[in-house]
Amino acid sequence: MSALESRLTQAFRTAGHPLLIPYAVGGYPDKASCARILRAYAESGAGIVEIGVPFSDPLADGPVIQGASVQALKGGIRPADVIDLASGPAQAGVPVVLMTYLNTILAYGPARFFADCSAKGVAGVVVPDVPVEEAGDLQRTAGQSGVDVILLAAPTSTDARLERIASAASGFIYCVSTTGVTGARAALSAGLPAFVERVRRYTDLPLAVGFGVSTAEQAGEVARFADGVIIGSSLVDIVRRGEDLDDALAGVREFLTGAGEAVGARERTV
Amino acid sequence: MTTQHRFGPYGGRYVPETLVSALEELDAAYERYRDDPAFLAELHTLQTDYAGRPTPLFRADRLSARAGCRVYLKREDLAHTGAHKINNTLGQILLATRMGKKRIIAETGAGQHGVATATVAALFGLECHVYMGEEDIRRQELNVFRMRLLGAEVLPVTSGSGTLKDATNEAIRDWVANVGDTHYIIGSVVGPAPYPAMVRDFQAVIGEETRSQVMEKEGRLPDGLVACVGAGSNAIGLFTEFIGDAGVRMVGVEAGGLGLDSGKHGASLARGATGILHGSFSYVLQDEDGQIQEAHSVSAGLDYPSVGPEHAFLKDSGRVEYTSATDEQALEAFQALSRLEGIIPALESAHAIAFLLSGEHGFGAEDVVVVSLSGRGDKDVYSVAGILGVKR
Repeated sequence: MSALESRLTQAFRTAGHPLLIPYAVGGYPDKASCARILRAYAESGAGIVEIGVPFSDPLADGPVIQGASVQALKGGIRPADVIDLASGPAQAGVPVVLMTYLNTILAYGPARFFADCSAKGVAGVVVPDVPVEEAGDLQRTAGQSGVDVILLAAPTSTDARLERIASAASGFIYCVSTTGVTGARAALSAGLPAFVERVRRYTDLPLAVGFGVSTAEQAGEVARFADGVIIGSSLVDIVRRGEDLDDALAGVREFLTGAGEAVGARERTV
Repeated sequence: MTTQHRFGPYGGRYVPETLVSALEELDAAYERYRDDPAFLAELHTLQTDYAGRPTPLFRADRLSARAGCRVYLKREDLAHTGAHKINNTLGQILLATRMGKKRIIAETGAGQHGVATATVAALFGLECHVYMGEEDIRRQELNVFRMRLLGAEVLPVTSGSGTLKDATNEAIRDWVANVGDTHYIIGSVVGPAPYPAMVRDFQAVIGEETRSQVMEKEGRLPDGLVACVGAGSNAIGLFTEFIGDAGVRMVGVEAGGLGLDSGKHGASLARGATGILHGSFSYVLQDEDGQIQEAHSVSAGLDYPSVGPEHAFLKDSGRVEYTSATDEQALEAFQALSRLEGIIPALESAHAIAFLLSGEHGFGAEDVVVVSLSGRGDKDVYSVAGILGVKR
């Protein structure tokens, strides 16, 4: 299997500890600034970088990512620009995952979308509005370009669904920490460790947890039982609140350094 | 019988994983109860004693003379709450109570579905939250007050264009967060499976009644059916019963807004491209990057940038013709029906009337044409007065 193992799976298995996976809205606050933010992610301990493709109707996202998406779109960002942005972290040796809604891929043309992704170093694509039942065609097309379609598992997923998700998944599985949209939460769900263990019963793939992980402490907590910790809205909010880009970059680096220490102190679980 | 998930390539279930189990639960409940005698008896009693069904089929002679064909109006405007929306909300509230849900959410555009949802939630004593775009709250003030009177909380949505599309996004986000105890009553034949087929089935009573009423009055099937199409529930409700009757011509009238070439319209079937919005694959108004465009219509209920997936299928198959009426034509029809028949139609339904007044409907003088008068126009009188006042 190792010769065929995806770059993403390898990234988890070759690290000495669970991975920190920071997320940015592509083109927010503008394309050039976003490229610098992504570089800061790559230089601050990111094991994988996730970039969101702004969409007009992001129904899985909370207010912070919605607001950033609106601004990025007003700035004229297009899907091809976001794919371009991936080459920064990819060239720095950090695998990149895109998060995009399905309509963006359909409008782009799926074969061309995944081919362009592959050319710019995107290793996987998370499509939050595609559950496993609807994922087959997309996975075949993505596979032709060597790109993983990352499937999501949710606390509401039944065991039968988890089994089906696990058998269709590649790269890693994105475990949604909470029932809700993206965005900071004061506390992690008490049932989160048990949920991740439930997913693990069905798969050997790495499990990354996202949606609502807001602080370095929470990241460290999640890293006790998960293989990767995805941090999105908190970072986007740091950028939003920054007085200027340098201030935002300093805030991002500080946050990731703290989260990286909390995550890096944990044992690798996969 | 398994509920239909696809209409040709259209439909499906494109939603976050968090919601899929809830959709499976709804699917299972609907399959269990759709043919259950006790469920159907309860629904029938509510339809007759509460909602006032069957709604009349009215021969509109003065409109017929103007239109140049024999027009019957299917009077959904006389159903309780003033529109066909109650047919669907009664069915869904019965399912929600059987699934043990404590809280109801809904989206609304014109407010008719919000009112119909608030009504059934009141009837069953369930908590009810209705998402409504702030632009629609402004132009449908009366319905906002009705919903609040009925005990529902109306939650303004400011994102996007502040209309039906954005209200639907917010309702879906709410459902993702509260999926355990909440049922989402979608108001039209859109959304992820099983909604498009389930809502169609609850609305099919419109066509079923029409068939027996027109047989009784005319001794034959109608030659044509006409209905407005926003997302498309009243049209599907009228058409479904007659899909297999090849001699019955069916016409869906989309919102032409300021004209199809103006870019400001709600004609997803005429000018959209295939894509995904709100969980199903259908025709969608979008730009080349797949960003959803804002629809425009003088009628809030047609102000939606997509359309039910079954309509997409019926368009491609050619079984239903789709055309459009502009804001101006709808406003003219709104006034014409008021003066010709003493019936003030909803601006949505006025689009269907406008088609018959266009002079290009293609029906002969002896052709019997049933128009879905999907709702009454009380909700629209203030905004129409404003528009006509500006023009004067």
